[in-house]
Amino acid sequence: MKNGDSVIDVHGMTKRFGDRTVVDRVDLDVRAGEIFGFLGPNGSGKTTFLRMLCGLLRADEGSGTCLGHDVINESEAIKREVGYMTQRFSFWEDLSIEENLDFVARMYDVKARRQAVRESLDHLGLAQRRGQLAGQLSGGWKQRLALAACLLHKPRLLLLDEPTAGVDPKARRDFWNEIHHLAGEGLTVLVTTHYMDEAERCHRLAYISRGKLLTHGRVTEVIAHERLTTWAVTGPDLPDLTQKLRKRPGVEQTVAFGNSLHVSGSDAAALEKAIAPFRTDQYEWHQVDSGLEDVFIHLMDGADENSSP
Amino acid sequence: MKKWRGFSIKRFRAILVKEFTQMRRDRLTFAMMLGIPLIQLTLFGYAINSDPRHLPAAVLLADQGPQGRTLLYAMRNSTYFDFVRQVQTEKEGHDLLARGQVQFVINIPQDFSRDFVRGDRPAILVEADATDPAATGNALGSLSNLFNSALQNDLKGPLESLAANTGPIDLRVHALYNPEVVTQYNIVPGLMGVILTMTMIMITGLAITRERERGTMENLLSMPTRPSEVLIGKIVPYILVGYIQVSVILIAAYFLFHVPMQGSILLLMIVALVFIAANLAMGITFSTIAKNQLQAMQMTFFVFLPSILLSGFMFPFRGMPYWAQLVGEIFPLTHFLRIVRGILLKGNTLDDVVRQLWQIALFALVALTIGIKRYRQTLD
Ligand SMILES: Nc1ncnc2c1ncn2[C@@H]1O[C@H](COP(=O)(O)OP(=O)(O)OP(=O)(O)O)[C@@H](O)[C@H]1O
Ligand SMILES: [Mg+2]
Repeated sequence: MKNGDSVIDVHGMTKRFGDRTVVDRVDLDVRAGEIFGFLGPNGSGKTTFLRMLCGLLRADEGSGTCLGHDVINESEAIKREVGYMTQRFSFWEDLSIEENLDFVARMYDVKARRQAVRESLDHLGLAQRRGQLAGQLSGGWKQRLALAACLLHKPRLLLLDEPTAGVDPKARRDFWNEIHHLAGEGLTVLVTTHYMDEAERCHRLAYISRGKLLTHGRVTEVIAHERLTTWAVTGPDLPDLTQKLRKRPGVEQTVAFGNSLHVSGSDAAALEKAIAPFRTDQYEWHQVDSGLEDVFIHLMDGADENSSP
Repeated sequence: MKKWRGFSIKRFRAILVKEFTQMRRDRLTFAMMLGIPLIQLTLFGYAINSDPRHLPAAVLLADQGPQGRTLLYAMRNSTYFDFVRQVQTEKEGHDLLARGQVQFVINIPQDFSRDFVRGDRPAILVEADATDPAATGNALGSLSNLFNSALQNDLKGPLESLAANTGPIDLRVHALYNPEVVTQYNIVPGLMGVILTMTMIMITGLAITRERERGTMENLLSMPTRPSEVLIGKIVPYILVGYIQVSVILIAAYFLFHVPMQGSILLLMIVALVFIAANLAMGITFSTIAKNQLQAMQMTFFVFLPSILLSGFMFPFRGMPYWAQLVGEIFPLTHFLRIVRGILLKGNTLDDVVRQLWQIALFALVALTIGIKRYRQTLD
């Protein structure tokens, strides 16, 4: 499979729990060698979608292929070539680091198993602590172990569900460097995250809310697509200003960024009119490019006021 | 493609290794596995009595006269005895006893009536399967009064004085297999079945639900594995635990309770394997049905209680109402109890026990099949 071919190509994926539709007719196309970011508020259906892809949940509707296998009927073939890192640590806490890796390697029938496990331990930097129980690792180290275990059988597709939640900045950077390195070698990665800096490191993104795919594309495309105008303002008593601005038509969202406040709206003219009364000497205003975060918050507010838990 | 269709020995081994390692780390469970048999053995020093009736009996009637029949009528009227078979030879009677098909063989010798009328005090021999003394005790106890009153009408003239002294007949009771009528002989082998039932169902009952509760199920399911590999891989390590329990109980039975060991211990071990597998399969099936560990525990007790009540462990099997016996026949414990008592106390051989063994094996197969069918390969 060369770069550019579809690794995930699914249409109309739908999942209901009872009468609640948790994933609602989602189409997704992820190409080989791509790092694809999957974003959305809590409870929007990201985990559910990933589970459907690797056959852990049966889709109620939908069709398509994953790694060339039918996503509905050939989940066993898919499982063999996918590395799925669960959101919650799901390795055996009463097994040691090495035993966990060894178990995974056996289950996937990894060639030269012992050597693969040893290399994985070395790569992780856990060779010294290989006998330690996985349950005794700190949260960040558990994440690293989980990633290492997912990579043991050399999958062609990685499904990572919030792989860096609770991981320190340096480890996070190492992690992303590694992901990029692997993608460079042709591995395809579908990763969910709540971090904007991580979203910006993806080749392409999709944003899902209440089970519906709202937008997708490159970072710049996603931003451009929303046609959001944003002004940054600095000055005294920004909370008070926020209150006043919120009441004005044309102001769709205000977000505090440290000492400045971002004021956004999709109608540039209306927004400019709305802020006009406040463009006094007290405040310093200038127009900025809308960032991903502005766009996502706007998307979230637009989809509904309060995403379900 | 095809290679992945079937059962993979490699993945099965992977699960086996994992389960063994986890079992080794789980000290509490392990201690419980050994502790339960020891505690139960110490606690069950007593037996529970009851008054079973309609016990199956065979009769060897060589006598042609009326008195022999009078006695048999009286026995039947007492409702303790049901004559299910008429046998021609002593050996035939013994075989029936050994297989547990009858509880008694009544032996009325030739010329019984003639000797009786002459006042010669003819002998009547009652052989009883005394492996479970509680089952036969009352029936045997009633015999002598029963016979005396039955023959009252025939005691005329010179016989009257005889009746007053020593009784008109010579009643001989042979308590087979357990001549001293020690209840522990019955209880201790039974305990082996009870303990295995409880611990084996429980331990595997928790096996799948634990994975689900700890969140590791998601990981296991995301791997390319078949239900049979997971389930059998989880069963096998506990067979070893079961064997340890069997050994502990056998040693205690021999050295502490001096239970006789008539039959082959090897045969017993083979039977135990089938029985352990049946219980483990049942546990694993519960595990696939239960939503959490608590439910799995509840299901264990849902089976465990009727098992010990209806299997013949608590109350003599033949003392139970017919419907209860039918239900009891379903449980592997019922058959296992008969086999263990048969092997240890009666010296039963494979031939004698194969019919019961079959039923346990069938149960194991059905339970495992349901388990594999029920094992969900998805999280929903
Ligand atoms: N097994 C289940 N049964 C019923 N409802 C479920 C089940 N699993 C998930 N849900 C519901 O589906 C919705 C989507 O859940 P999901 O875990 O996919 O969200 P998410 O986008 O991954 O959220 P987060 O960012 O918090 O991880 C939630 O409202 C959740 O309550
Ligand atoms: Mg999630």
